[in-house]
Parts: sequence; C-alpha cells; structure tokens
Amino acid sequence: MSGGVLRGLVGLAVFLAVGEVVGRLGLVPADLLPPTSAVLAGLVEIVGDPAFRADVVATVLAWLIGLGIAVGIAVPAGVLLGSVPGIRAGTRALVEFLRPIPSVALIPLAVVLIGQGPTSKIALAVYAAVWPILFATVHAVTEVDPLLRETAAAFRIGRRRTLLRVVLPSMAPFVLTGVRLAAAVALILVVSTELLVGGGRGIGEYIAQSGTGGGRMDLVLAAAIVAGLVGLAANAALTAAGRRWLPWSAAAAGSA
Amino acid sequence: MKGADVTPMVEVTDLAVAFREAGHTTTVLDGLSLRVARDEVVCLLGPSGCGKSTLLRCLAGLRAPDRGEVRLRGEPVAGVPDGLGVVFQDYGRSLLPWSTVARNVDFGLPADLDRATRRARTAQALEAVGLADAAARRPGQLSGGMQQRVAIARALARRPDLLLMDEPFASVDALTRADLEDLLLRVRREYAMTVVLVTHDIDESIYLSDRVVVLSPRPAAVVADLAVDLGGDRDQITTRESHAFVHLRARAASLLRDGSDAPEPAQDTV
Amino acid sequence: MAAVERRGGGVGVTGARSPLVRWGVFALALVVWELAARAAGSAFFPPPSAIAAAGWALWFSGPAVLTEGAWADVLPSVGRVLAGWAVSGVIGIAVGLLLGRSRRATEYLAPLLAFARALPPPVLIPVFLVLFAAGTPMQLATIVFGTVWPVLLATAAGARDVDPVTIDTAEVYGVAGLRRLRRVILPASAPRIVAGLRVSLSLALILMVVSELVASTNGLGHQLVVAQRSFDFTAMWAAIVLLGAVGYALNAALLGVERRALGWTTAGG
Repeated sequence: MSGGVLRGLVGLAVFLAVGEVVGRLGLVPADLLPPTSAVLAGLVEIVGDPAFRADVVATVLAWLIGLGIAVGIAVPAGVLLGSVPGIRAGTRALVEFLRPIPSVALIPLAVVLIGQGPTSKIALAVYAAVWPILFATVHAVTEVDPLLRETAAAFRIGRRRTLLRVVLPSMAPFVLTGVRLAAAVALILVVSTELLVGGGRGIGEYIAQSGTGGGRMDLVLAAAIVAGLVGLAANAALTAAGRRWLPWSAAAAGSA
Repeated sequence: MKGADVTPMVEVTDLAVAFREAGHTTTVLDGLSLRVARDEVVCLLGPSGCGKSTLLRCLAGLRAPDRGEVRLRGEPVAGVPDGLGVVFQDYGRSLLPWSTVARNVDFGLPADLDRATRRARTAQALEAVGLADAAARRPGQLSGGMQQRVAIARALARRPDLLLMDEPFASVDALTRADLEDLLLRVRREYAMTVVLVTHDIDESIYLSDRVVVLSPRPAAVVADLAVDLGGDRDQITTRESHAFVHLRARAASLLRDGSDAPEPAQDTV
Repeated sequence: MAAVERRGGGVGVTGARSPLVRWGVFALALVVWELAARAAGSAFFPPPSAIAAAGWALWFSGPAVLTEGAWADVLPSVGRVLAGWAVSGVIGIAVGLLLGRSRRATEYLAPLLAFARALPPPVLIPVFLVLFAAGTPMQLATIVFGTVWPVLLATAAGARDVDPVTIDTAEVYGVAGLRRLRRVILPASAPRIVAGLRVSLSLALILMVVSELVASTNGLGHQLVVAQRSFDFTAMWAAIVLLGAVGYALNAALLGVERRALGWTTAGG
C-alpha cells in the first residue's frame, strides 16, 4: 500500500506544481487565481491568525451541534417509521413533500425568523442533515434480515435482547452511511449560511469578507482548503469509527 | 498418455503457479504435466482448493504460469487463444444480468461476424440446450440450471474446438445436475470438440469423461490417469450401476483419499 | 451499499398500501397548517392557501399559463440545474470509467479526489465569481464543481468492482475495447452511476439556489432574495414550495429513467 500512498503524494505534488506554474506564467491573473505558493503562504497566515481560528471553531461547533441534534431526531424517528408500517404509510406524502425542498432555500427565511446568530445555521444544518439519516434508518430497519429475527425468535430471545443484539448491530452500518451523507450536507449548509448572511463568525464569513470584501483570493483559497480539511477529517473519522466499531459493515459503510 | 501420434489438443509441461499476497507465497501448481488428445473428454478430478481451477485458467490463457508451458494445438498459449469456449461455475457472475438470454449467447460470438450469422448461431445454440423459448428473458428470471444452459449455449455458439468447464454443475441441484450432464454428453456427440472439465465430484468425472486425471491436494500434481471404458452411450442409472463404473469410482476415491490405488480386483491400468 | 441511496430516492418508506391514508394525512396536515396559520395570524407563517395564491399569481396566471415571472425565475433555475448536472454526468462518468479500470491512475489521484469531495462547494463561489462572469457561468461552474465528484467516485467504484468472473468471461470471448465498455463495464457500473447521479442531483439543486442567492439577476434563488428584501413572506414561501416541487419532479423523472434502465437489477427478484 505504501506504493499507493507514494503515488498519491506524487499526484498531489503535480497538482500543486501545476497551480504554481499556471499562476507564474500569468495564464490567469494572479489576483484572481493566485499561484500555489501564495495560497500556501495565505494558509500559514490565516492559521496563525487567532480570529480565523475562532472562525473555524465557530463553524465546526455549529456543524457538530447541528449534526448531533439531527441524529437525535432522525434515528428515533426513523426507527419509528421503519417499524410501524401504518405511520410510515401515513407520513409518506408529507415526507416526500418536505424532503426535496433544497435546504439552502430556507436560509433567507431562517435569517428573518431566527436572526443572524449561530442558531440559524444550526437549525438549517439540522433540517438538511435529518433527511439522509432518516431515510438510512428507515431503510436499515426494514432491511434487517428476517432470518436473523426468526433465529432470535427460535431461540426465544426477548424483545430487548433482540433489539440490542440483532436489530441495532445490523442497522448501524446503514445509519452510519446516512450520517456520512448528512455530515457533508450539514457542512455545506453551515458554510453557505455564513457566506450569505454574515454578521457572525465562521469560515464562510471569513471567505465572504476576504473575497467579495477584500479581493484577497489567496486567503479565500486558503480558507477553502481549511474547510475541505474539516470535511475530510469528518469523513475520515466516520470511516474509522465504522471500521473500528462496526467491522462487519465493510460493505455497507464503504460505499460513498 | 500414450495415444495417437498426432499433435495433442492440449499439452501442459512442467506448469508452476504461485500466488503472492501480503508477504507469503502459496504454491498452487508445481511441475504439473498433462496431455489431452483431440476430441477427448477429460475430467480433472481433485480435492477442493487443489489448484485445478488455476490450471484451467492457465489453459484459457487467463493467467500466465510462473514456470512451464501450455500449448494448444501445438501453439504456445499467450493470452486467450482462439476457438475456445469456457463455462464457469458461477453462472450468476458469468452471465450478464442486464442482457437477454439471446444477447448473452451473442456475447460469445466473434465481433466480426455479420448480423444474420450471429442470429442463426445464437438460435441454433439455444436450440441445442433446449432454451429456444427463453431467448428474450433475462438470466435473473431463469433457474440456476437454465442459466448454466445459457452459459453452455454461449460456449457452443462460438463453435469451439476446445471447451473448458470449471465445476460447471457444482451450483445446481442434483436432478438438474443429471440433466446437464446428459446434455453435455449429447452436445459432445453433436459438436466435435475436446472437453476439459474440472470437478471434485468422483461420479460426475467418471460419468462424463473418456479419461479421469486425478490430482493431489495443493500443489496439484497428477496422481493417476484413469481410462474410462464405458462406451459412448451412457445412462444415469444403468451406467452408474455397472461394474466398470463402480470399480472406477472405488479407485478414484482411494486415489483422492491417500494417493494409493484401490486394492480391489479386476484388470490394472496404471 | 448503494442500495441506501437508491432506495432513499424511491423513499425508504416503501410498501405504503393505501394512497387514501397517505394523501388523507397529507390533506389533514395542510388543513391543520391552514387553521394554525390563520389563528396565529403571523406574517412569517402565511396559510397555505395564501402561499398557493401567491405562487399562482407569480408564475401560473400568465398569458399562456406561465407568466413572465415564471420564464424569468423557473426556467433559468431549472436550466442551470439540468445543464450543470448533465456536464457533471458526462465528465464524471467518462473520468470515473477511466479511473475505475486503472488502479495506477486512482492511486495518483486518490488524495486529490478525497479532498475535492470533502470540500463544501459554496466556499469556492467567491473564486468562481472572479474567474467567471457573474451569473450563469459562475453558477454553472459552482454546480459542476460541486456535483461532479459523487458521479465520478461512484462510477469509478462501479467500474472497479465489476465481477472478476464477468471480466474473465469477456476476456475468454474476446470482448475487448469499446465493445467491452458498452456491453460489460458500463451496464455493470450502471446501478452505482445512477446512485451517484442521484446524490449529484440533490447537490445541484442546493448549489443552484446558493449561487443564485449570492449573485443573480434571475432564477428562483434571486426571487427568494427579492422577496426577502421586500419582506414578502408569502412570496418567499411560494418560492420555497416551488423549489421543492422542482426537486420532486426532477427526482421522480430520474427514478422513472432508472426503473426502465435498471429493470434487470430486480428481474426475477
């Protein structure tokens, strides 16, 4: 595998070098698309800037809180919808109506209703993150292998133990996949709200100010890299968690 | 091994294959040699995991051996040779689930054939395996036995002079299996071709072949080469009860178990 | 597996037997909303009847059903989503197939791809804003950049995981090159590709709205901004509902295509 890692680094280096050359040759004006070295210098600059670090913390906190609340809402709701066909049938039209609304369309409304503070972006992140987790959970409940349930029944294992030993372990990988999708969408929502609304703290806010406000594209790209690293870290953490605690889930959690 | 002096269909000399992964090496074949004459049906009989499927993959040119040589019709094999039909054990993975039965059979035809010929050959091959009515269906709608018939039809449509089969009937139920075995015997009479079939089923190997090559556990080596003198007309019930069949079965079983020939009576042929 | 995303589109809530119950509950919810909104009398939460009326006046009362507002708002938005999504689809499938069949290429690009996918696309809007003209070019760039990765990665995974026995079969029967691509690799990857396209479609919708909220002179996102500035909450709700309807329609269309094209995945159960 070390060969793979090495090739990955080579690919990354080539990409960065191309970015540098394009900037240096003036193919694109440097103030519009700064060369790699300028972006890396910008990265060093903003990482050393306490104000930017506070922005990162603000974004990550809002995102984690939103994701946590979404899990808290969507998993129980998904279990309920998944295990009671009547409720599932009854709410189906409602769910199908609400789900396709692009969550970002609620940003202007949320700002007016809730205000410009962090509550808005958390609420929007919750709304966006609920759906993937909800659907994954409903799917997980309905997909529990009937043979496993029957085995549990045949061995006269009680409801509680069946839930703990059979249902939850077989659901977990699906739910985790839903959480991974939700994490990506929630981050988009948090950053978009910051970008559009302003007046608070956050990576999006910083990007808006450096970009449209200051014209400092090196800082915009540097901040974008930080945002990407945050997303990457979350994805890696969720994948690692799946590998570690749900080792039987390779197939379910592995697909993007 | 003696046979006529014409070029053999298949000639394997000193074949060696090893799998290397995660630091350790597994030797699957080590110095195996084998000959199959034209129009002969040979079963390679060996225990599970002995390397017989790897041997077949080398014959098909799907894997290059680490040492030794495979010759088909006297020509060294490099890459997949022409005039080959292959039937894999996993029909579910070898057939294309998105294509109809007819398209699956067509898949086996050379790309340069014209449309009318393709259609005629597909129809004829499906007819030969008794699936003329199923041409428009998809593999997922067929039973396992029918799917394996499609795979056989696909191999036949190509008009191969060598048919390789890797445990072709191991994934179907016993009754279907008997049907497919008889289908193979019939098809073999109608199409002149050499058949090399890999199996771990003793009865099947004897019932189907002119010769059974018994292989040892990994790394596979030829333990014995049993001539099967049961004639061309075989029957699932009477042939399997015949003295010759029973005796061969005992010998093959003994050879498979510990490599020693059965001490039973009758004429020796080693 | 991919099934989560695929079924998710068909709504994991399958097996609803009676549409009567379903739509009954829906109608009940609407009535409750209507009554609650009227009772509350809040400007923020107009009753559904008012929202429907506003939407009708804005978009559907025009000369030939559609008003000029509809031409200015709905069509540009839908056009951007479809165009951006289509470009992503073509690039993603083409590059994904190449990557899926070449382990080397995948290894070289793995870190870049992982990063590009994890990057929340709206952060690049300021960059696209200066690199491309404000308006449709910038919006398309945002949508394409944000939606190409799910298709690309799903296609690559699909092409990589084609069953080795299937590949052997193609090899044995001399099916190579374009013929193999068309008859084996592409259909074998199709379920994953469609799953990727589904994720991309919902992302395209989100990015269309964000990019129109940032800088646009037309489109539903622009309409939202206009309504917000004039404190016309009924119009805002109407735009949100219409966006939901657009999302629903696009998803339903994709599902229809999927059912036809991927019928074999469920054939014979």
